[in-house]
This record gives sequence, C-alpha cells and structure tokens, in this order.
Amino acid sequence: MQPLLSIENLKTVFSTTRGDIRAVDGVSLSLDAGETLGVVGESGCGKTMLALSIMRLIPANGQIAAGRILFDGLDLLSLPEEDMREKRGSDIAMIFQEPMTSLNPVLRIGDQIAEAIRLHQNVPSKEALARSVGLLDEVGIPQPERRVKDYPHQLSGGMRQRVMIAMAMSCHPRLLLADEPTTALDVTIQAQILNLISNLKEKNNMAVILITHDLGVVAEAAQKVAVMYAGKTVETSDVENLFANPLHPYTRGLIESRPSGCSSGMTTDSDTRLKTIRGTVPSLYELPSGCRFSERCDLVETVCRQAEPELVEIEKGHFAACFVAERAVKR
Amino acid sequence: MASVLIDIQKLEKKYTLGGGFLQNRPRIVRAVDGVDLQIVEGETLGLVGESGCGKSTLAKLLMRLEEPDGGSAIYNDQNIFGFSPDDLKAYRRSVQMIFQDPYSSLNPRQSAISIIEEPLTIHSMGDRRQNREVSLKLMTKVGLSGEQAGRYPHEFSGGQRQRIGIARALALQPSLIIADEPVSALDASIQAQILNLLKDLKKDFGLTYLFISHDLNVIRHVSDRIAVMYLGHIVELADKNDLYRVPLHPYTRMLLAAMPSCDLPGKKRDVTVRGEAGEADDAGCNFKNRCVYKTDLCQTTKPLLKPYREGSWCACHHAGAI
Repeated sequence: MQPLLSIENLKTVFSTTRGDIRAVDGVSLSLDAGETLGVVGESGCGKTMLALSIMRLIPANGQIAAGRILFDGLDLLSLPEEDMREKRGSDIAMIFQEPMTSLNPVLRIGDQIAEAIRLHQNVPSKEALARSVGLLDEVGIPQPERRVKDYPHQLSGGMRQRVMIAMAMSCHPRLLLADEPTTALDVTIQAQILNLISNLKEKNNMAVILITHDLGVVAEAAQKVAVMYAGKTVETSDVENLFANPLHPYTRGLIESRPSGCSSGMTTDSDTRLKTIRGTVPSLYELPSGCRFSERCDLVETVCRQAEPELVEIEKGHFAACFVAERAVKR
Repeated sequence: MASVLIDIQKLEKKYTLGGGFLQNRPRIVRAVDGVDLQIVEGETLGLVGESGCGKSTLAKLLMRLEEPDGGSAIYNDQNIFGFSPDDLKAYRRSVQMIFQDPYSSLNPRQSAISIIEEPLTIHSMGDRRQNREVSLKLMTKVGLSGEQAGRYPHEFSGGQRQRIGIARALALQPSLIIADEPVSALDASIQAQILNLLKDLKKDFGLTYLFISHDLNVIRHVSDRIAVMYLGHIVELADKNDLYRVPLHPYTRMLLAAMPSCDLPGKKRDVTVRGEAGEADDAGCNFKNRCVYKTDLCQTTKPLLKPYREGSWCACHHAGAI
C-alpha cells in the first residue's frame, strides 16, 4: 500500500543577503492515513519550513530546490499553481500557533468558516453558514448558534484555536498540518485541543503532521516521530521506540534535559542538576563540517567532523543519522 | 528554623477595564485577591498558574512596580508599601527581577558589560574601576567570557542574553530574586543550561527565589515549595514532593493531569480536563464551574486557604475528602 504522504529528499533553500541557506536539507518522510507524525525540534531547525513546503507556501525568497512530495501518489511539486490551490484547504489543511493572527479580525467567525467552505464547494451561503454552526459544535464550542456571530476578539485563545480547527476541518482534509497548535495556550487548554485533534483524526481517518518543540506533546499525541536538527531529520521512529531507545545523541540530550525527566513517580531534591546539551544550535550560515551536531556531541569522533552521516535504518523502522549509533549496532 | 523573608498578607490588586466614553460599564478584574504567602529565606518558592491568574501582578507588587489596593508585605519588620524613599532604594537593592523575554528586557544600545554595570552605578556602589571589575566577574560567573563584554545584545543568542539578565540581577547582591518565567522563551536544550545556572547561583550566593512559571515540569525541578494560583487566589501551597504526590485541590489535579508526559509514549490518556478559566466570581469558589466535585456549598461560599496537613494549605471545601 502506498502511504498517503511521502516526502523524498526535500530541499528548501532561501537566498538572503548573507548567502544561501538550506532551511530544509534533504528530508524524507512518509505518513499513512489515520497516523500522527510528530515533528520535533528547536527553533530554526526547519520544521515550519517543512510544513510550508508541503503546502507550497514558502516565503518569496525561498524555493524548493529538490525532492518530491507525493500526496496520494501525486507529486505536489509538479502541480500547476491552480491545482495546488484546489488541494490547499480541501485535501490538505493547516493550523498555526497563534490563531489570532490567522483569523480575520473584522469578520464574524461564522462567515470566515463559510468562506472556506464555499471556496471549495458549490453550496449556497445559507447552507455554508449552517454547516459552520455544525463545525463549531463538532470542535466543542458551546452555543455554536450564538458563537457564529462572534468576532475573533470576543473569543479566548483556546476558542480561537477551535475555530481554526473548525475551518481546517470544513472540507474534510485528508492531511492536517498543525504547526505548534498549542504552544500559545495554557496547559489545561492544550490538553483539550490535543484531544480534539486526535478525536477528529480518528473519526475522519485523517493524517496529521504535528509540529512541536515539546517532547511531551509528541509522546501524548503522535504515533511516529521525526526529530529535526539544523534542517535535517536526525532520527525517525515510532513513538514508543524513540523514548525507550533514542539512538541519536541529540534526541537523547533532548529527552534527558527535560526537567523532571519523563517519570512522574520520582521525587527530586533541590540539588538535582539537569543534563544539558552544551553550546547552542549552529547558525545555518555557519554549519560545522561533517555532522551538524558534532560540535555539541559528547560522543564525537574524527569521522563525525569529516563526513555527514546519512539517515539509515538501525533497527527495524528506527532510523538515525549518526555514525556512532550505526557502528554500535553493527558490533 | 529558617526565617521568613517576606510575609505577604491579604494582598489585593484590582484593575478596572473599559468604562471609557461610549463603552459598557467598567469591569473590575481582581488580579490578586487576598493573597497570603510567606517567602522563607533560602528557599525556592515556585508560583504556578495559567495566564491571567495574577502571578505576574503579584511579582510586580513585590517589586513595588504596582501599588496594591489592600494588604501588606512585611520585609524586615516593615511594610514594603509604607517605605520611605531611602528604605525603598535599599529594598530595591535586595530584591531583583529576571524577566521572561531576553530580547525586550535588555537595552539594544547598551553593551553587555554596561547593562550589568548599570545597577551598580545607579545605586552608587563603587568607583568605575571597581564596578567594572565586579561586572566582569559576574559575566564569567554566569558563563559568559570577558571578551564578550563589549558586545551588544543582538550579538548574543537567547540563552546568552538571559545570562546577561541574570548577571544584572545579581550585581547588587540581592537576597531575593523574582524570576518571572525565566526559561519560557528558551529552546529545550538551552532551558536546562539556564535552570542549572540558577541552581548553582542560588547555592553560591545564598539566594532566595520566587520562581514564576506556567510549566509544571520546570516548577517541579527548581522549587522547594509550590504555590498554585487560580484567578487571583492561592488555591494550594505545599512542599514540592507532597504537591506532586498527593495534590489536594481539584485545580492542581487538573493541571497535573493536563501536563504532557513522556511516561507512556503513544498511549492515549484519558484526561479529564474541562472548561477555561473565566472571571473571578463574587460568590462561591472561583473554580466551581470547572470542578467535578462541586456541591451547593461551593456555589455560595468562598473557600479559604486552610492548613490541611504538615506544610500543606489548600483552599477547597472538599480537600481531603476527594
């Protein structure tokens, strides 16, 4: 069976006054219907640009330099702009971190959802508005008949994100790209939104790409994970394996540097220090030679500074781009 | 026994919203609504709560950046809100703040060293050469090198800027540092570095922290005691390990349940989290509309913060029974 989405060796390049940078540098991924892929990484690692590349919405100074994005067997990168516009919003929808900036402040939310429906489906505006009431109900907004007449500023952050999700769901997308959808929200609201996304996913057999910097969110909501570092995927795995047996030193560092670790039962005294990853993420303008993580890695060897490791399958279904991890298994 | 550094009693702060020309009746928001809290010397007191619960307002009140509408905070047997200008200046030396956003809290036109030096100059602590020496020492203490002294904020990464902010807070050798979400704006790998630094500094300088955060993992890591705030009230106060092991207040339970954990990756948890923090109510418990345990009593009577077990306080009519 072919996957719903398969990305092969995607490269997205930006030309800036300081030179060209490769924001996404050879990323390959695949995703089936009904699956959630968590893309995790720190700011600037290319996770948002990956999502925007799939939507073909990257900023004007950037371009997709290489690779293929197969959606249901069809290469999105070879589609004429016209056809791509058809796909956006109907087959592939996206939600963002800050719902306030993605909603039009001077339009009632019902009209905004109706607009999204009518853009892709030939229905009268009355019916579109009626459908938006149903969608608001589906995403858990109380009193949807009244709420359709609200403006975005009358809603709380969590409610706005629900509206964004309602809009994204309006044409029953098969793939939902969620870029840090809960980062701006409080933890109790975050739990509700993640729950909502996962329920909608199951109900509609939708695929979800969940972009986040929070490993906890990945553990809760994703089945597959891709860890990104400086434009590259450094590890991909199913979620259980990633936490049980992280292969890449960067992934291990991220998991171990989480305060209170990942176990709820343990008690910590005030002297406990956190494990850290030394240094900072390198600038994309000045990447180290060889492995991009080499300057921060405790296991670094000569080969790491000379050649760039490829993403290889180290255990079944568990890929990592690290020479040390690769050799450890061969032995 | 350690002594109480600041004793906060019935502290209140109200804000009036709206009420301008052509607008609706003004709305009164009780950001801090009768808070009693003691900060004990040498401890890290964690203050946790969601946005809008009043935790930053409490910090601003303690910094004397806002005037309260009622209540007091006793420091060295004196109410900080009744200080004379001289007393206030002395108080400001001993209480310093670290801010959330390392981008907006540093002057972009000042070099790192002059940012750290400025508090020393303002409080006329020493001559120029001494101050420079102290500042350079602080820079190395927080993990920056002396060569970076002349650089400007934009030349530093987020984590390094936060280090500059920390050095500035330390310059006057304060006894209390109020850290308002000091790591929230930082990336995961940098967060851990800063949290470790704050712990080391606490030991080296004998500091007391009031550590404000919305992140329960961070709060758990740094704190000795934790106060949970909800819509202007402290709803629970307990030793860290007690709070996480046996949370008393239904809101604390909800927060802990909502916290994403990596315990069981890939397993769907049944999280019973409902509703959103609305506005404080005049009658009854503020949390009643989101609470699964509410009874008639919660509708009519505001629960007070009462001792429940050794070192634990909770403001819930049903604490212990639920």
